[in-house]
Parts: sequence; C-alpha cells; structure tokens
Amino acid sequence: MSKALLYDATMCIGCKQCEAACAQQNNLPYNDTIAAETEQSAHKYTVVKTLDDKFMRRLCMHCEKPTCASVCPVGAFHKTKEGPVLYDVWKCIGCRYCMVACPFNQPKYEWGSLNPRVRKCIMCPDRVVAGKQTACAEICPTGATKFGDRDDLIREAQERISRNPSTYVPRIYGLKEVGGTSILLISNQNPEQYGYPATAKIGEEPLPEYTGRVMDKVPDFIPIWSLVLGGIYWISHRREEVAAAEAQERTEEKKNGSAR
Amino acid sequence: MKIKPTFWKAVFAVIMAAGLYSTYVRYFRGLGAVSNMTDQFPWGFWIGFDCLCGVMLAAGGFCIVGAVYLFNVESLHSVVRPAVLTAFLGYLLFIVGLLFDLGRPWFIWHQLIYMNFHSVMFEVGMCVMTYTTVLFFEFLPSVFERFNLKAPIRWIKKIYPLLIVLGILLSTLHQSSLGSLYLIMPSKLHPFWYSPALPFFFFGSAVAVGLAMTIFESTQSAKAFGRQLETPVLIRLGGALLVALWVNALLRFEDYFHRGMLGQIIKPSYEAYFLWLELALAFVIPITLLSFKKVRLSPKGLYLASVISLLGFITNRLNVSLIGFETYVGHHYIPKWTEFSVTLMICAMGFFLFSMAVKYLPIFPTRQEQEVEAGGIETVPALNEAALIHAGD
Repeated sequence: MSKALLYDATMCIGCKQCEAACAQQNNLPYNDTIAAETEQSAHKYTVVKTLDDKFMRRLCMHCEKPTCASVCPVGAFHKTKEGPVLYDVWKCIGCRYCMVACPFNQPKYEWGSLNPRVRKCIMCPDRVVAGKQTACAEICPTGATKFGDRDDLIREAQERISRNPSTYVPRIYGLKEVGGTSILLISNQNPEQYGYPATAKIGEEPLPEYTGRVMDKVPDFIPIWSLVLGGIYWISHRREEVAAAEAQERTEEKKNGSAR
Repeated sequence: MKIKPTFWKAVFAVIMAAGLYSTYVRYFRGLGAVSNMTDQFPWGFWIGFDCLCGVMLAAGGFCIVGAVYLFNVESLHSVVRPAVLTAFLGYLLFIVGLLFDLGRPWFIWHQLIYMNFHSVMFEVGMCVMTYTTVLFFEFLPSVFERFNLKAPIRWIKKIYPLLIVLGILLSTLHQSSLGSLYLIMPSKLHPFWYSPALPFFFFGSAVAVGLAMTIFESTQSAKAFGRQLETPVLIRLGGALLVALWVNALLRFEDYFHRGMLGQIIKPSYEAYFLWLELALAFVIPITLLSFKKVRLSPKGLYLASVISLLGFITNRLNVSLIGFETYVGHHYIPKWTEFSVTLMICAMGFFLFSMAVKYLPIFPTRQEQEVEAGGIETVPALNEAALIHAGD
C-alpha cells in the first residue's frame, strides 16, 4: 500500500516544527537564520510559506510517475512501492536534468560543493519502511500534516471538504496533477498562490509520457532507418558499379568493332 | 601578414589564461562560484552554447558524409575531410564542455553501467559517445595517409559503409533528441519554443547548420591557409542551404500556425524580440540573400548568408535553453564572465586543433590535387594514386 502525506493548510499554525524535525531527521543544520529562509534549498527540504496569516508547506511531491526518475540518464531516482521517491547519490553524474525537468522544482543542488549532490525531501524512507510516520507528520502539533495510506488520505480529504465546504477550496492538489502525487494538499486558498504550478499548466498526464512517446519509437527507428540508409548506400554504389561495367563493355565493343 | 599571427597569438594567450583561471575556479571552488547557475536556473550557458550549439555546429560531418557517400554528390568530395575533422573536434570539445558542466564529471562513465532507457539524456549520451568513436575512425585515414600507412587505410575502407550508415543513424538520433530533452517541460519552456515538434526542428536545423558551417569553414580556412577557394563546391552547398532553410522555415511556420501562435509571435514582448532576432537571422535575411542569383554565385555572398544563418540558429538554441525559461523562473540569467571564458577557451582550443590538423594532415586537397580534379583524366601516375586514396574515404 502506497503511503502519502495529507497537508491541511487550514489546520496549520505556522510553527515550523516540521522544518526543524526534517532538518534533524536528515542531519541538516537548523537555526533562526535557516528558519527565516522562505525558499527551499540544498539544506532546507521543506518550508512553511506564509501569506498574511495563512500557511502552505512545500516539499517534494513524490509523484506517482516521477519526472526526475524518468529523465535521469543513470537512473539515480526511483519510486519505491511505499511511496517515497529516492535518490541514489552514488549513481549521480550531476547533469541536473532532474532539476530542469521537475514540474515542482524540488531537486536542489549543492552549488558550493566540489562533489555536489542533488537534495530534496525523501519522505523519511527508513521510517516509512519501518511502519512509522515521517518526521514532519510525527512532530506536527495540530495534525495539519498527516501520514497514512494514500487512498485513506484521499477519502479523508474529500470528507473534510464536504463537511466544511465553506472553509475549503473544493480541490485536492496532488490527486491528479501530473498523474497524481504522494503529497496531497487541501486548503482555503489555492496552492498556486504559494508557488505551486497551476494544474492547467502541468496537466494531469504524467510528464514522462511526453518524452516516452518519442523514446518508444527509438527501438523501431534504429533498424528501419539503418536499413533505409544502408539501402540508399547500396543503390547509389551499385549504380556506380553498373556504370563502370557498362563503360568497360562499351570500350571493349569499340575495340572489337575496330578490330573487325 | 607578419603582425596578424602575433596579434591572434596574443588573443589566444589571453583567452587561454582566462580560461585556465576559470577552470581552476570551477574545480576548486565549485559550480556555484564559477557560474551564475542557481536552483532556479540549473542549466546555463554551458548547456545552451557548449552542448546544444556545439553539437549543432558539428553537424556538417554527417551532412556532407551523407551527401557524398549516400547520394553520390561527387562534387562535394573535397569538403568531406574538413567536415569530418570539424565534427570530430566538435564532439571532442563538447565532451570537454560536459566535463565542466557536470557536477560530478568523474562519474561520467556511470552512463555505461547505470542505464536508464527512458531517459532522453541517456540516449543522447550513448549516441554522442558512439558517434565520436565513429568520427574518430572516419578521421583516421588522413592520419594514416600522412604517414603513408596503406594497410590500415584498406582496413578502414572495408568498414567504411558501416561507419557511414552508423554515423548518420546516430546523428539523426541525437541531433533530434537534443530537442526531445525539452519535451518534458511543457509548463516551463515558453510556448514560442516549446513544441511537440522540437525533435524535428532540432534535426532540421542541424542539417541546415551542417551546410552553412561547411561553407563557413571552407571559406575561413581558404583565407587562413592561403588555399584556392573551390567556388563550384560552395555554390552547390549554398543551393542546398537555401533549400534546407526553406524547409526549416516552413516547418516552423506550420508549427506556429497549427498551434494558433501566429497572433502572439507578432505581438511585441520580451520573448518576441528574441524570437524575431532568431527568425530574422536564421531565415529571413539568409533566405532573402540566397534568393538573389548574384549572391548565390559569389563566395562572399555565400559566406555572409551562412554566417548570418549560423548566428540565427545559435540564437535559436540559446532561446530554447535560456531565454525560453526566464519568464517561468521570473528573473534573468546572465552568465558570469568565467562561464564565457571557459566556452571561449574551448572554442579557441577547437580553432587551434583545427589549424594544427590542417597544417600537418592531408585535410584539404593540395593545389596539385585540385588541378587534377579540375583537369580530369590526364594525370601523372603518382598523383593518380593520391587521388585514389582520397576517393576511397
């Protein structure tokens, strides 16, 4: 059963304990300066964004069909059956295609490092496999970030929205975006206001299919195109051979004719 | 004539010194220190110019080889070697550029063991690697010839059909795939440049650039090495270039028309200015120039039209890779001087290696050979042999 996180912005009080717990879990520094940073970075996997008195978390969405896993030339990303999208640093060559391609701009880079890594939320895979919840969900004092099975959380989100239709924008962000994600957001505001890409822009089709449509043709294209090219080569050189042979015949005929 | 080389030598020295400093910054201070790339702009000038433009500018190799060996355009025979040399050096320098841009270049070989067949980048990587090897073999005959080694030339001649077909196949794949790289970013790349037809545009423009680049480098080396310009060859290439430009222009128009973008591209906007620049340089000006018979028949006119179209297609690659992302990201990306200086150093290395190869290897036909080709059948036996070796590659 695939696990997921449901973030309910209406329950969030902006205490940023999830940020601190995340940093601790991933051995990242955390202090007042970092707490004040409003953008994610290589040392800040998740951030609680503030707009007036409303909040919105940002973190890796752990797509069902992750773009990063599809684009990585060395397959350094993979989606686990439990839900987290993991990064294998020992494979990474540092091409940063994942960063360019991710529709949510989640992979961040250690620009100052001489052996840089891609950094992003990995959804506490050790905890999840051990049956525990993620660090951010565990610490959350109000239950704004809730860990559970994706299907259960979708049902719960739908219930919350239908129980309080006046409180929520009637949509679950992450339910269908780019084919669905393991992070589900419900809120009294649109996530787009906090930098999330608009559903209309990223669509509901998993992005890997955009390149998949082309890549699928490669295995057929190679033999067909080789045959065509080889055929053209053969024909044009065959023509040369024939022309040469004919020319020789003609000269021989001439010789014979003159001899006669 | 004496002052000119010293001036260029000084320029070369300055470029190399700056480049070496930037190289030091790159490997001892990191990517963040050497470039203006950020988490918002993870691909900068090195991807846009060194990689996208570099591979595009090296397309002459497969275009000319295809024309001469697949379609028997004998008249282009004399430019096969310079085109193959340019392509070989181009790909080598592309790999050098990649070693700067990759965050962990020491793991570049991971490509060979951790293969992800879904990744366009993987396909590009494999193709570039194999094609560079193919180009190496296509280039080897001129080295063997220089040292009068006849047996290895015969061996390579035997596998030549394979090399030719493989080279064109691999080029078709990766030239178009460089465009496919961007297919996965429909929400990020500006609609002026994001199109499902990107792979076709990238391949089509590579063919046009291959022809333009061959005109450019033939003229340039004729000037630099005091060789006679082979005007009929240039005229032939110019005609092909005009056709290639028309095909590209029509493809682009058809795409904008099909996606209902024609109204938007004529409206002034930040992106529109860059698009206009691109379209003017790549299509409008060179097509107009080449439409005049006078231009099409004059080496100077052909050179001018080629250079302008080359600038246009370079603008196109930079638009796709840099300008097309600025609105999405919300701020401009201007490369740091160290990024430019690394690129300049790599280009300077290219020019240097090219001139060295031309100087020491039989890349361009000698005067005598030119006369032989022009003069026809009446030849001295020794020269005939040289011509035969040429005919085989």
